[in-house]
Amino acid sequence: MAGFIKTKENLRTIKTAGRLGWAIESNWTEPFLFALYSIVRPIASSLILVVMYYVVTRGKTGLDLFAYIYVGNAFFMYVYNVLFGISWVIHDDREHYQMIRYIYISPIRMYYYLFGRGIAKMILTTVAVIITIAFGMLVLKIRIDLLAVNYPLLLFSVAVGIFIITCLGILLAGVSLITAHHSWALTEGIAGLFYLACGAIYPIDILPTWLQYLSKVLPLTYWLELVRRSILGKSMSTTLAGYSNFELVAIMAVTTLVLALFSHYIYRSIEYIARKHGKIDQLTNY
Amino acid sequence: MRTDLRTNIKAIIARAYVRVVGANREPSWWLTETLLPILSTAAYVYVYKALKAPEEYTGFVILGGTMSAYWMHVLWGMAAQFYWEKEIGNLDLYMIAPISRMSILLGMASGGIFHATTRAVCIFLAGSLIFGVDFSIISFPKLFAVFVLTLVGLYGLGMLFSSLFMLYGREAWHGVTLLQEPVHLLSGFFFPVKNLGFAVASGASLIPLTLGLDAMRQLAFKTGAKSGFINVNLEIIALVVLSIFFLVLSKYAWDFMEKLGKKEGRLTLRWQ
Repeated sequence: MAGFIKTKENLRTIKTAGRLGWAIESNWTEPFLFALYSIVRPIASSLILVVMYYVVTRGKTGLDLFAYIYVGNAFFMYVYNVLFGISWVIHDDREHYQMIRYIYISPIRMYYYLFGRGIAKMILTTVAVIITIAFGMLVLKIRIDLLAVNYPLLLFSVAVGIFIITCLGILLAGVSLITAHHSWALTEGIAGLFYLACGAIYPIDILPTWLQYLSKVLPLTYWLELVRRSILGKSMSTTLAGYSNFELVAIMAVTTLVLALFSHYIYRSIEYIARKHGKIDQLTNY
Repeated sequence: MRTDLRTNIKAIIARAYVRVVGANREPSWWLTETLLPILSTAAYVYVYKALKAPEEYTGFVILGGTMSAYWMHVLWGMAAQFYWEKEIGNLDLYMIAPISRMSILLGMASGGIFHATTRAVCIFLAGSLIFGVDFSIISFPKLFAVFVLTLVGLYGLGMLFSSLFMLYGREAWHGVTLLQEPVHLLSGFFFPVKNLGFAVASGASLIPLTLGLDAMRQLAFKTGAKSGFINVNLEIIALVVLSIFFLVLSKYAWDFMEKLGKKEGRLTLRWQ
């Protein structure tokens, strides 16, 4: 019974935080401008890679490598947006709205609050990914057979991916508790590390061997591979091609578990340090 | 309002001081502003490697990543700055102080260049050494002139943005966010801008980085001239014109926005 009540409270926290996060994300402008903003950014981000590809290959978008790059880049938007969306909550609530102490003394668990605040970014990013993929199919003629997509695997992969990124976001949120405005640069840098090492925009085979070792311990590497396989039906990475879908899911599950435990430990440790040194509601004027 | 030169110079130094010395209150910037930015630049290098692009494209990416440091600073350290100052409650203090508004902007620019340059130098050195980029400088004086003019024009544009965004709330923040990727695309940060077509490249040339990067590519790489948009000398003249244009326009923009802010009572409006 106590467990049921706690679950109900946690769900309420997620729901309330989600509504707050959505309001913050969307009510700064009119709906039309907000929709335009939500479309322009992801398309522009994808077009950088598209033009880079065009410049070298002289426009051969029918090749498998182009689809591989494009789909990976589209789904990688989850990493940056959700990571930023969750980790930035600490800075936002502490410095701009100065509400963090009231959140801390309210009867909620911070994990669920952070996750709830990130939901808005998850929704917006999902819309952005769909728009980007549609743009790729309709304008850039990327060959994706919607009837051949492995939707159960795709939905499962996206759900696990969001969990992975949430764990990372909470870890960085913990770090934000004891830093000033550099939490933004840290999030950008960590996202850059994953962009480099997880094979988001190229097969990990072309990375140096020492970097491939890092790629293989990151759950996001397997996540992106599973997403691509579910949509495109094939793998372009010789390193990962030897693994079946089940093996990739198993490796991703193990690495995700390790990450979740690590994230939990780091967040709790740093939160304790922040409480001990009175930094929870510090104003750094950044 | 009369202001004297000495007070304005002190204001410039004060605004620059905060950015140079005050940043060391948070030593973590040594990691976040030096090592980490190299990673996303390196990712673009590997994209070209995956595509088996000619070697000079690696150099284009390193150059683009280097100048990206300045663009990010213009956006977040200049354009959005008065939004932050308004949120903290400092903007009205600036208005009351007996200093020229341009001295505030110049101080922000000169102090911020320190951090941006640190980031840019780290990306440039690490990227060039790790990926073995082969630079063939055709004319060092011209290259230096292009670099300086690009920065002057860019920071003039930053001053203009900061004047325009002064009165906005979260629209300023989101507007600045919106300018990141599209400008990376339109200015040809990671590829020769002429590949976007003459019309798009011409329009994008209003951003000083477009012509600056194009000229730097032509002057720093053996095959740079082949990938150039227009002649380097024309680009230098255009950069001079853009620099003067943005610096003058930022002064008028500030005066206009300040009057508007006072009339509409938005200079002290926070949490919007």
